[in-house]
Amino acid sequence: MLDVKAGDEQSFALLLHRYRSPLVNFLYRMVRNREQAEDLAQEVFLRVYRAREDYVPSAKFTTWLFRIATNLALNSVRDNRYQRMEISLDAPVTVDAEEGEEKMPDVAEKHPNIEQHLVEETRRKMIRHAVDKLPEKQRAAVLLHKYQELDYGEISKILECSESALKSLLFRAYETLRVELAPLVAQQGK
Amino acid sequence: MSCSRMEMKILGYVDGRLKESERLEMEKHLSACAACLLRVNEFRAVTGLLDELPVIEPSAAFDLRVRARVAAEPAKQSWWAWFTPAPRVAFAASMLLLATVWVGSYSGSNQPQIDQADIPVLENYDVISSFEPLTELPPPVAADEAGQQNQEM
Repeated sequence: MLDVKAGDEQSFALLLHRYRSPLVNFLYRMVRNREQAEDLAQEVFLRVYRAREDYVPSAKFTTWLFRIATNLALNSVRDNRYQRMEISLDAPVTVDAEEGEEKMPDVAEKHPNIEQHLVEETRRKMIRHAVDKLPEKQRAAVLLHKYQELDYGEISKILECSESALKSLLFRAYETLRVELAPLVAQQGK
Repeated sequence: MSCSRMEMKILGYVDGRLKESERLEMEKHLSACAACLLRVNEFRAVTGLLDELPVIEPSAAFDLRVRARVAAEPAKQSWWAWFTPAPRVAFAASMLLLATVWVGSYSGSNQPQIDQADIPVLENYDVISSFEPLTELPPPVAADEAGQQNQEM
């Protein structure tokens, strides 16, 4: 990022290449809409570019990057919720409507058995629903902890809370997931 | 270690993020507490289930869109640039300055010049200005009387 700050355009291309996939996935799991996730990820990179000259390496770059992404995602989730509340007066939107976006062409190839494929798809739906049902801040904490593998210090800076508050947040989130996914957890334990 | 104290450390234990001393303390507790051991195993199962969620790839156009948006950004000027005028403005300002200097010097050369002969008068201005006008004038002297007086002298 310091090279980007110095005006090295090539370094910005490297940042884009390195972080686009983690960012798009994080945002997709937050907002549950691929197109929106990509728009938000573009906005994150644009904000990074705009702020390059004022960038001070007081924290890790990933912390700063995911802080921007998390703030955008949380705002987007809240905006979407208000929109859905308005729409639901006429036609309730189900989560299934958004699931068609997740295309996995290789699944059928790996599992020619259609029954096994359906079982796996059902499992994934359950997991996805359980994650989606988490309050957005808990969801962000789980995603940053599980998929970005950030340490507690970084996540607490991103979510602007203390480390002990973060540990409590994560514990509650995993507890909820444990209860929601109890049938799968029981299978997993066998 | 009590179960309530342990709760906050279960995830760190499952992730392997605990310090060595904390890990040993946790394992000691787990060896004596079936409920906490069950929870540890269930948390491990949950993290395993989360691994099953698929990873998506950004679309092929993603990089292009980001680059296009970055390219559309206006060039950021430094604070010093605020002090740097545009060439036309700089030219106009310097012309105005030159004109002001020229007009000032020209009008300075047309100032009324003080004649050297007037300077003593001006120096005695205070004395002159304190004179009061004469109210009682002496009677006029006749021309003949004046001539006689001159001859007598």
